[in-house]
Amino acid sequence: MSHAEDNAGTRRDFLYVATAATGAIAGGAAVWPLVDQMNPSADVLALAAVEVDISGVELGTQITVKWRGKPVFIRRRTEAEVADARAQEIADLPDGLSRNTNAPGTDASDENRAMDETGEWLVMMGVCTHLGCVPLGNSSGDFGGWFCPCHGSHYDTSGRIRKGPAPENLPVPTAAFIDTNTIKLG
Amino acid sequence: MAGIPHDHYEPKTGFEKWLHARLPIASLIYDTLTIPTPKNLNWMWIWGIVLAFCLALQIITGIVLVMHYTPHVDMAFDSVQHIMRDVNGGWALRYLHMNGASLFFFAVYLHIFRGLYYGSYKAPREITWIIGMLIYLAMMATGFLGYVLPWGQMSFWGATVITGFFGAIPGVGEVVQTWLLGGPAVDNATLNRFFSLHYLLPFVLAALVIVHIWAFHTTGNNNPSGVEVRRGSKEEAKKDTLPFWPYFVVKDLFALGVVLLVFFAFVYFQPEYLAHPDNNIEANPLVTPAHIVPEWYYLPFYAILRAFTADVWAVQLASLVTGGIVDAKFFGVVAMFGAIVVMVFIPWLDTSNVRSGKYRPSFKWWFWLLALDFVVLTWCGSQPAEGMVPVISLIGASYWFGYFLIVLPLLGVLEKPLPVPASIEEDFDAHYPPKDANASPAE
Repeated sequence: MSHAEDNAGTRRDFLYVATAATGAIAGGAAVWPLVDQMNPSADVLALAAVEVDISGVELGTQITVKWRGKPVFIRRRTEAEVADARAQEIADLPDGLSRNTNAPGTDASDENRAMDETGEWLVMMGVCTHLGCVPLGNSSGDFGGWFCPCHGSHYDTSGRIRKGPAPENLPVPTAAFIDTNTIKLG
Repeated sequence: MAGIPHDHYEPKTGFEKWLHARLPIASLIYDTLTIPTPKNLNWMWIWGIVLAFCLALQIITGIVLVMHYTPHVDMAFDSVQHIMRDVNGGWALRYLHMNGASLFFFAVYLHIFRGLYYGSYKAPREITWIIGMLIYLAMMATGFLGYVLPWGQMSFWGATVITGFFGAIPGVGEVVQTWLLGGPAVDNATLNRFFSLHYLLPFVLAALVIVHIWAFHTTGNNNPSGVEVRRGSKEEAKKDTLPFWPYFVVKDLFALGVVLLVFFAFVYFQPEYLAHPDNNIEANPLVTPAHIVPEWYYLPFYAILRAFTADVWAVQLASLVTGGIVDAKFFGVVAMFGAIVVMVFIPWLDTSNVRSGKYRPSFKWWFWLLALDFVVLTWCGSQPAEGMVPVISLIGASYWFGYFLIVLPLLGVLEKPLPVPASIEEDFDAHYPPKDANASPAE
């Protein structure tokens, strides 16, 4: 056994390290599928984009559709609502950013949040930026837009936060017109 | 076990000797049940048995409920209604399980505060305490996962809010949240994995309970005087202790009977008293309940979560120092978990040499203030965050941290404790003076 006393840098060391490294890699490779199976599955990802038929939406009304498990508000605004939203000074808003995924980094003017130039179509997430409740629509709240009953956040006709605890404007998701009657979300 | 000298198991018959040489299981059971137990234990030492009962109750009722439950978003709510209306005795099983969770937490809070008052966390019982905290965390996770399964409105929105905590982590939050949920929002994938984990965790809990018992059987029980059992000789130890079986088993079972009397009154007469009416409405991702509240046993920590709003100076300082990475939402989440984590370190935060709060005149006041703080925070958590509630929550949350991080370390240095009894026997005799040795028993 005398030759076993000083075995630094020997073949045994190499085998020891190599075995441990192989074991660690094999262990990681075995665990990863167990972790990854919890990520969204193919059918969940397949629903990541939806097409919404908006031909039936009358002026001054809105529809709520479920997209990626969350409500999306699609509102066809009246001229008065648009005019009201566009008359607002941006500097006076609690959140000065548009929060529009389609126009990142822009300011919170209504032009940057609406779907089209006339501002008739407004699409945004129906999730209050405070604690995730669903705000009430149809010209509710102090600013004629949306009102969250949970903790009293008021949003204007452009979905911008005006009063209450919510920190941000209602975000605008990735959305685009496919044709005049269809909006694609995602 | 226990290092306390006592009589051990001796195999006597031929079979016992045969078995003992192969598997000393009879010895393990005998030594566990006859462990010398301090004879001055008071009624606050009964919650361990109540907790063991709760775990068994939850596992047994849970296993039979699963025989009728369907973990799918389209059927979960209906299958729970099926249990309530159609399954033979299903309503009783579900109400036992539902209220069993409340009894479980009620007992664990008394058990924890018992430990806080009598210094049960102090050396050499740190491991028992830490395992206990892990058990408490596992209980909270299990309770939350289980609450989602009936797929009512409160289940759904509770799950949304709680998993949103992970979304508050800077940078990786959204990825982690999506991974936990199995999609962009709480949905079928979430329900399925919550069901799987809700079934798994109680068995992890059971294993932790065994380690918990193993740990305090190694050190011996703490007791109201905080004085250790004398270990010089078997005779000395016998003056301080009584065997667990039959003395404490009978006492504990009597106490369990009394507790169950109250428990069954809840189960059979007020089963929905602690529940939320909103959870009798099926989950709807498009409509939020007006007021989302967690179950009562999470309320103190929910209050701490909400206490740290963006206008609190500590939050603004954290935001400034980290360049905005730590916002109010993340700060609140850290505070909530921190409120539990800080308890894990109490064995090293309490600097006093005296174990039991009975002999610490100032400590008593701070302790009862903490107990009051816990009740006040529970109330705060149940209220909408309006008016005075955020202010009271903030004061309550500050005291919670202050007790562990400031009061306990300082008190050990500043406080002058009262004299501690020399032995458990002395403490016991002070309460129950021994009869005159010359007097003969009832004639």
